[in-house]
Amino acid sequence: MTQTIPIALTVNGRPRSAEVAAHHTLLEVLRDDLGLTGTKECCLVGECGACTVILDGRSVDSCLMLAVEADGADVLTVEGLATDGRLSPLQQAFLDKGGVQCGFCIPGQVMSAHALLAHTPHPTRAEVEEGLAGNLCRCACYEQIFEAVLSTAEAAAAADEEAGR
Amino acid sequence: MHAFAYERPATLAEALALMQAHGSAARLLAGGTDLIIRLRDGSARPSVVIDVKRIPELDPGIRVDAGRLVIGARTVMTDIAADAHVRRHFLALAEAASVVGSVQIRNRATLAGNICNASPAADTAPPLLVYDATVVAAGPDGTRRIPIDAFFVRSGVTTLVPGEIVTAIELPVPDGPLGAAHQRRTRRRGHDLASVTLSVAIGGSGTTRLAYGSVGPRPVLHVDGSGVLADASATAEAKARVFEAAFADASPSPRSMRAGPDYRLAMLRVLGARAVATALDRLAGE
Repeated sequence: MTQTIPIALTVNGRPRSAEVAAHHTLLEVLRDDLGLTGTKECCLVGECGACTVILDGRSVDSCLMLAVEADGADVLTVEGLATDGRLSPLQQAFLDKGGVQCGFCIPGQVMSAHALLAHTPHPTRAEVEEGLAGNLCRCACYEQIFEAVLSTAEAAAAADEEAGR
Repeated sequence: MHAFAYERPATLAEALALMQAHGSAARLLAGGTDLIIRLRDGSARPSVVIDVKRIPELDPGIRVDAGRLVIGARTVMTDIAADAHVRRHFLALAEAASVVGSVQIRNRATLAGNICNASPAADTAPPLLVYDATVVAAGPDGTRRIPIDAFFVRSGVTTLVPGEIVTAIELPVPDGPLGAAHQRRTRRRGHDLASVTLSVAIGGSGTTRLAYGSVGPRPVLHVDGSGVLADASATAEAKARVFEAAFADASPSPRSMRAGPDYRLAMLRVLGARAVATALDRLAGE
């Protein structure tokens, strides 16, 4: 018989609870139990990054974690980036720079970039490349994706300067 | 993934009791970046998974205690790579931790998990060997300290006995100047398993410790007391002779998909020379 375990976690700022099977991954529970299908299932071995979410402030591959391991954690998925129906500046930059072709890898790319900018608000290009090395794009939009991340950081820095911060 | 029972012990004693009760049917879960893949592909089929991440005795802190750097078993690669003590005294370990997998992997993967998984390609094994690390393991009969060179057996196999749990890894803080460096070779930049991985630590006394992996069933340590590698003025020919002896134990598999044996053996010498040059620069800057 499959053991189920009650877990409580915060997802995109909302408290959520679920009864999860011990062998189900965080990815499966986000998509199948909580209906958050923005996080993508792809390689399932931690190579591609399509399943990237932010767990307690750090990017992780949700396919490489059991859901029970996230008990008590604060999880941010791609659905949590927009506010009041408006895309975050980072999401908008992906569109503006043409970083999105087929789109499948983009939720993971955006989450890795979001985590990078949270820790390193003014990254060099090399830091962006390293920060996104765990996210593969088979449409090979890497240049446009790097531009989107760098331009988001530049715009934030310019806004800070304008505001005298 | 097959169904299994999940246990999350709150103390080390509880975890040890669970290991006793379930024996070989249990697997320990730390970061999960290796284990979850094996659970999914069926190469590991435990009936119980024991999650060690909430055991306080395995705390994820890094601290200096009586001349040793103590890295708790739950410490992840991201924190090791960024830690000020590690960067100051054990730079080659910081360098190795910072190239394991991707950011996402480094945010979960633990140092203890990396060595217990005992992959010949484990990035952190060579630096732990050159720094003469000790593995601290708790078992039913108490705590053992295992020198890292006596820990690795072959891929997936260590000298841990059934029922033991690694609680920490300790590194002696060098009592004199030490220059060290880590090098690796991968098929592609960014995110790949190492085709060759190598660390060097050169002491002020002239002793060079050199360790390498991904070229045989287990990572290998070679200690060179001749002083040749530590001598910046030694000729390339003299260094090559020392490398020949150091790399005598390399036996890369002809069946690996990542690189052929000839390439790996050639790259060992290239990485060795680079690591020695970097370590000497760092030693001079101490």
